[in-house]
Amino acid sequence: MKILTTPRMERCIGCNSCSLACARQVYKKLSWLTAGIRIISSGGMSTGFEATICLACNPAPCAEACPTGAFSQRRGGGVIVKKKLCIRCGECAAACPVDAVYLDHDIEPFVCIHCGRCVPFCPHDCLEMRPSPREDHAGPEMRSRAKEVTP
Amino acid sequence: MIRDHFRVMRVDLASGRGTIEQVDGRNTVGGGSGLGAHLFNRYGHPDRPWNDSDQPLIFAVGPLTGYFPLMSKTVCAFKSPYHDQYSESHAGGRSALALRFCDLDALVITGKAPRPSCLAVGGRHLEVTDAHFLWGLDIQRVGKRLRRMFPGSGHRSILRIGPAGENGSAMACINVDTYRHFGRMGGGGVMGSKNLKAIIIQGTETFDLPESKAYAKLFQSVYEKMTATDMMSKYHNLGTPVNLEALNELKCLPWRNLKQSTDPAVSGISAETFADETLLRNTACSGCPVGCIHIGFVREQFDDPHHFFYRQVNYDYEPIFSMGTMLGITDKFQVLSLMDEVEKAGLDVMSAGVALAWATEAAEKGILSEKETLAPLVFGDAKPYTEAVRHLGAAANDFYRLLGQGALKAADHYGGADFACVLGQEMAGYATGEVFFTAQAHGLRHSHLDSGGYAYDQVHEDKDPEEAVRFLVQDEAERAFLTSMVSCLFARGIYKKDLLAECLETLGYSVLADSMDDIGRTIQALRWRTRLATGYDPAAVRIPKRFHEVVTWKGPVDSEYMQALSDRYRRAIIDMGRPLNEADPQPNGETP
Repeated sequence: MKILTTPRMERCIGCNSCSLACARQVYKKLSWLTAGIRIISSGGMSTGFEATICLACNPAPCAEACPTGAFSQRRGGGVIVKKKLCIRCGECAAACPVDAVYLDHDIEPFVCIHCGRCVPFCPHDCLEMRPSPREDHAGPEMRSRAKEVTP
Repeated sequence: MIRDHFRVMRVDLASGRGTIEQVDGRNTVGGGSGLGAHLFNRYGHPDRPWNDSDQPLIFAVGPLTGYFPLMSKTVCAFKSPYHDQYSESHAGGRSALALRFCDLDALVITGKAPRPSCLAVGGRHLEVTDAHFLWGLDIQRVGKRLRRMFPGSGHRSILRIGPAGENGSAMACINVDTYRHFGRMGGGGVMGSKNLKAIIIQGTETFDLPESKAYAKLFQSVYEKMTATDMMSKYHNLGTPVNLEALNELKCLPWRNLKQSTDPAVSGISAETFADETLLRNTACSGCPVGCIHIGFVREQFDDPHHFFYRQVNYDYEPIFSMGTMLGITDKFQVLSLMDEVEKAGLDVMSAGVALAWATEAAEKGILSEKETLAPLVFGDAKPYTEAVRHLGAAANDFYRLLGQGALKAADHYGGADFACVLGQEMAGYATGEVFFTAQAHGLRHSHLDSGGYAYDQVHEDKDPEEAVRFLVQDEAERAFLTSMVSCLFARGIYKKDLLAECLETLGYSVLADSMDDIGRTIQALRWRTRLATGYDPAAVRIPKRFHEVVTWKGPVDSEYMQALSDRYRRAIIDMGRPLNEADPQPNGETP
């Protein structure tokens, strides 16, 4: 399974195209907040930008904290979200160690589902879908990469 | 939010309270420029001075803001301290999307706060807070503090003024998110007159998108056009400074208070030089993948042996013109250092540079002495200009206080009006010829972006005032529609009528989509009517002698042609701004 990564954020120009693309395509919203990837400036415009995204925990504390199964563990890290099961308790956001889950005014959670639909909207190639380093059972691709880095 | 009216927040700084008002007129004025004038007519007082506490300071976005790429600008409308008449200034940054995500089409600020204050507006938030401890701080220092005081990093816009705005300078800008500005016509002075140090706009709301697949498909198509065409190479790579060498070659680049229009020394401050030797990175307005904002650096030694600090400075064509060629400074780092001083003071860089260029020539001619200038101003010597910029921002003496009201005002007092490079306000960096000089001198906001006069000069050698003014009027109407949407004008080559109509139609703005030409003309007329009602007399416009002495690639400026252009354009402005007849469509959408 691949996950969304942000390996080249030093190139980010802060245009928010990724956030807007996620909100538009995944959640059918016009927003820069109700999105799986959100951009913040790292101390004013003069110091560049950071992306707030799900780091694909495995096991995912947000899934463990969810009392109704709306968040469940995704293979390779991160979560599968079933909105119909969500009771808007906000426990997922509280459990996330990197603030990756955004709660809107109605406590509806928004999190990256690692679909990669934001990637083509980054004009500076900051984003990339990569094989997860946290596969439950590493697939052939990961095994191959592991060989490359093992002395 | 897509709606057939405008949702406007009106804040009274005196009481610290606000109201949400529903304003009609979507299908007649669109938003942005049109909405700014519409709201000034609703809340403004044409017969009272600019600093009357009841005058509104208006920020307006358009129906496409946030919904499509490069619909990323905000229009600020106000009665200007420069000429005490209606004006507009436009800025990028985050403010447009932040207003959209506050669910506002416009923010209207009236009243005067009892003490220096900050206004914070969010989708579900409004507060006016005491900020007397920020008064006097420069743009950079106040920015650092505001970022700690108000949450929302990345999704908030911070509009702030420096000492120039606090002093009521007619050259004071409103800084937007550090690297963008409502630069011209003294909007910063209006904030200062209201005791308003900063406005924080926190975009916290979310909206449903149209359910049809057409919107997402159209967005994709527009996005590809914006990123796949020459937009990226033109505006992202070298950016607007690429015009420096081109205009220098055409003998259209103002040097040393427009005593020259070309100089081989341009290579020291060319786009390539800045990019190769000073460029750190690019950044962007929210909602724009182009990323035209170029950030250079200045590294300065403040002590021996190796004590340095560095600063990041945004550069563009106009700041290089005003702090570089106009002052005869041809070292890239000196130019960036001067821009940095201008930023800190909260001055409009174009106005400041052109005003100091006039002061330098006045000093050369013995009209001014160091008693007035406080620093020995000489073309090409950067250090005294650093001091002069600080004095101008601080209104350090009577001379600088008057210069801050405009170079021509200072010239009328001290002498030297013949060589004040003022076209309604301090000139933009285009010595292209008669059409541009006429257009900026008479234009609605005295901006080089009111209409494409500079481009007309570069391709027309004929001298037909009727045709030239017909072009200015037509081009202005098209731009007025675009700045009512509110598009970045860099995108005007892509947002042509068909595409704009498609964008509007997709969001349900069918009336706007079907009658863009008519609405453009309605907005154009509304803006002129508003300007004229606040006292504008086009016949009183002066084009100083210096502009008649310019020699471009076409040869010497033709004064007779320029006079004919002025006469014709003045008639056109009076005609466009004639009072409404009862039979005309009213701006609020009502028809008799």
